[in-house]
Amino acid sequence: MTPKTSADICGMGHSMKRKEDPRFLQGKGNYIDDIVLPGMLWLDIVRSPIAYGKIKGIDSSKALEVPGVLAVLTGKDLEAYNLHWMPTLMSDTQMVLPTDTVMYQAQEVAAVIATSRYAAADGVAAVEVDYEPMKPVIDPFKALEEDAPVLRSDKDGQTDNRIWHWEAGDKAATDKVFEEADVVVRERMHVPRIHVASIETCGCVADFNPVEGHLTVYMTTQAPHAIRTVLALVAGHVGLSEEKIRVVSPDIGGGFGGKVPVYPGYVVAIAASVVLGKPVKWIEDRMENLQADSFARDYHMAAELAADADGKIRGLRIKTLADHGYSDAQAAPSKFPAGLFSICTGSYDMEQAYAEVDAVYTNKPPGGVAYRCSFRVTEAVHCMERVVDTLAHRIGKDPAELREENFIPKEAFPYQSPLGWEYDSGDYQAAMDKAKEMIGYDDLRREQAEKRARSELMGIGVCSFTEVLGAGPSKDFDILGIKMFDSAEVRVHPTGKAIARFGTKSQGQGHETTYAQIIAEELGLPAAHVQVEEGDTDTAPYGLGTYASRSTPTAGAAGAMAARQIRDKASKIAAHLMEVSEEDLEWEPGKFSVKGAPDRSVTIQDCAFAAYTNLPEGMEPGLEATNYYDPPNLTFPFGTYICVVDIDRGTGEVTVRRFVAVDDCGNIINPMIVQGQIHGGLTQGIGPALFEEIPYDEDGNNLAGSFMDYLVPTSMETPAWETGHTITPSPHHPLGAKGVGESATVGAPPAIANAVVDALAHLGVTHLDIPITPDKVWDILNEKGVAE
Amino acid sequence: MATHQISVTVNGEAHAAEVESRTLLVHLIRDELRLTGTHIGCDTTHCGACTVLLGGKPTKSCTVLAIQADGCEIGTVEGLAGADGMHPLQEGFWEKHGLQCGFCTPGMLMTGAALLAENPNPSEGEIREAISGNLCRCTGYVNIVKAVRYAADKMGAAAAETANAATDGEDN
Repeated sequence: MTPKTSADICGMGHSMKRKEDPRFLQGKGNYIDDIVLPGMLWLDIVRSPIAYGKIKGIDSSKALEVPGVLAVLTGKDLEAYNLHWMPTLMSDTQMVLPTDTVMYQAQEVAAVIATSRYAAADGVAAVEVDYEPMKPVIDPFKALEEDAPVLRSDKDGQTDNRIWHWEAGDKAATDKVFEEADVVVRERMHVPRIHVASIETCGCVADFNPVEGHLTVYMTTQAPHAIRTVLALVAGHVGLSEEKIRVVSPDIGGGFGGKVPVYPGYVVAIAASVVLGKPVKWIEDRMENLQADSFARDYHMAAELAADADGKIRGLRIKTLADHGYSDAQAAPSKFPAGLFSICTGSYDMEQAYAEVDAVYTNKPPGGVAYRCSFRVTEAVHCMERVVDTLAHRIGKDPAELREENFIPKEAFPYQSPLGWEYDSGDYQAAMDKAKEMIGYDDLRREQAEKRARSELMGIGVCSFTEVLGAGPSKDFDILGIKMFDSAEVRVHPTGKAIARFGTKSQGQGHETTYAQIIAEELGLPAAHVQVEEGDTDTAPYGLGTYASRSTPTAGAAGAMAARQIRDKASKIAAHLMEVSEEDLEWEPGKFSVKGAPDRSVTIQDCAFAAYTNLPEGMEPGLEATNYYDPPNLTFPFGTYICVVDIDRGTGEVTVRRFVAVDDCGNIINPMIVQGQIHGGLTQGIGPALFEEIPYDEDGNNLAGSFMDYLVPTSMETPAWETGHTITPSPHHPLGAKGVGESATVGAPPAIANAVVDALAHLGVTHLDIPITPDKVWDILNEKGVAE
Repeated sequence: MATHQISVTVNGEAHAAEVESRTLLVHLIRDELRLTGTHIGCDTTHCGACTVLLGGKPTKSCTVLAIQADGCEIGTVEGLAGADGMHPLQEGFWEKHGLQCGFCTPGMLMTGAALLAENPNPSEGEIREAISGNLCRCTGYVNIVKAVRYAADKMGAAAAETANAATDGEDN
């Protein structure tokens, strides 16, 4: 795509170097733990060693004798203010601190406030808690058995461990398709509990000013405005009203969905600051982060595909059990308890589909957040892309060919999916063609055949995913009732420079650069002259934040619309300055000129100066605009990923030899940043595919509670990603963009899993659950008698 | 808790500090000296966000006691840029989009600096091995490898220029 603007202006399509980088490169970022306020105290948390049990007593006396320890807060203390419970973003409830029962290992039990980081930790070690352990419910299937204890007996009317049932599609019609189908394939799969593990953990500095009754909370949040509203709703009864709460989200060291929820630590730090009248800092360590913060995934899926004998897909049926742990603490839109799982029909045209999800409580940490994905899209895509391969292997057809024969054709867009989505645009064959060409698909199949003849294990995996993101249109999408619009406020200063503020919050995505480029594209001001700000609820316009790849589809669109309003006003000023009618003007980025007289022109900077100095009569001074953008539809990025894996027959180790990712995210704002997002997403795809999992033993002990056991990809396992793209603009987004941050996390795991199964298919293997660790593969090799 | 008087030289500047026996080097650097470019990511020496140069060697400062650094030279990210601007590694990370959230970046830079001091012309495999103790969740490492190569090339070219200038001088 050729950029419309010059390199000086640096609008869309330019690989502008990031404006935020110099501070990060020189150690001048401002992350949460860098913030120190005068008189600041430290908070550290006592956590439960057991998964389920009664608290018989908490003895703080020894902790209070530790030098530097000032206070110990327990659930009983918070109960006095009715602050011991809080709502989750899914309108469930969770304890801030318990008064009598602990529900999962590493649950917050008490908080120690002290004058230093070390004294607070000493205090934690000195708090004595007397527990009476109970037998926890860990297996979600057992949670549904009749004799299972009701874990959430605190909830009125709760008589079992079910949270909700969700379904989409026409069950009877789908069943009929299955009855009539030539071929039906089935696969059971578990997409396990994983953790975003951003390199920066979570934390906050709560600063309550007792004189003014004003609370400032610096916190690691992806959604500062929504969090401020939640705080006002939760703590309104103790005098914290919304105008007296300021939430500031500083530089964020990676979010990936894990920094959307409100964790008890934040609330306890706020309570401590209110009680003590001093700033209180809480920073969790890595083990607390992995053991207590919101998990992602944990979907047990049984998928079935119905097809004709030649492989034409006719129907899809999925039954899912969702393990939500102790509370439904997702951050999904309220009308979508199973997120956007109904995107599960993916890139394929079929007559009928039916999907259902049952959510249950267990004695594990609460959550269900999206690990770099748009609300359960990863689970949906994994399920579909795996079972498509099962069908291909069953009928003996090449998996790429089977996909191509079932793609929704490009002429069919906008496409109505059987589960109710209207896909905005797509050209799936183009992405497939490009991926096959880049990786040399036919040559690889020949190589595989040769290697198989020599008993070497090589596999080729294909995934053609469709995402759904940019939540979302206000008629369907809200969080706790707040519509999921997003916002931009753009102000052009007299000298032609600008400030642009947004309701979202970058966690590394590069908003300070890409948003400036959007303004540059629309106004012709150099992106270098546009200062972008986010994350301070006192200054930025209200928005729902950054997750689910929604920044470009929502706030980016708002920025474009605000800039267009400014350009409309500037056009009137330009006509005034040149004493011509507005209809006689032509616009090129940065300049209005008179039609037929191109030497007569004024720049956008001239118009900006005139907006403060020389206005048309009756015009309101200034040059600024605010836009709250309510998207008419979601966006549907897509792509085809193909990878090659080699399996070591001696160790079972899977090596990703090559990985080609062809993405289509519509029009591209900054190609360099888009490629960086794909690289990062792919790495957070290979992680869950091969290494990452938070398993629990039957007593509810977290078995991957530190980076000793929770294995994230290093530079050694990560291949040299190969990327390509096709461009199919979104017809409804003002810039034709679709969003890109999460496509690769969604598309990579099934590509890798399919490649491993492909390498083992001739041995009769049809499925392996991710993460595909060497021991799982080695067990199969051993069982099939091919281990070396 | 016993305390100790120690002295360290950080980025060429001498500091005296009184620390507890258990004070971690990273806390001395961040909380006492207020050099907050060095980050903490895991507490178990896995992530490398806290990497500094201790006596020139890349060292994870979250598992070194401050008293162990007594009398040592320490290099942190704040000391990387010179009076004439950013270090070639910093430039490389900027040019090649080798950072996103920036949290792992200071550790990556210090590890990269140590690598280039020891091996001015590393291969892709050598770079990957050198940074294998530094985790990044954002970039997928490909651009970090390119960034280190950028710096190697730039520093190599600068060194060659200096060598040529020296040779020219001898000729004259």
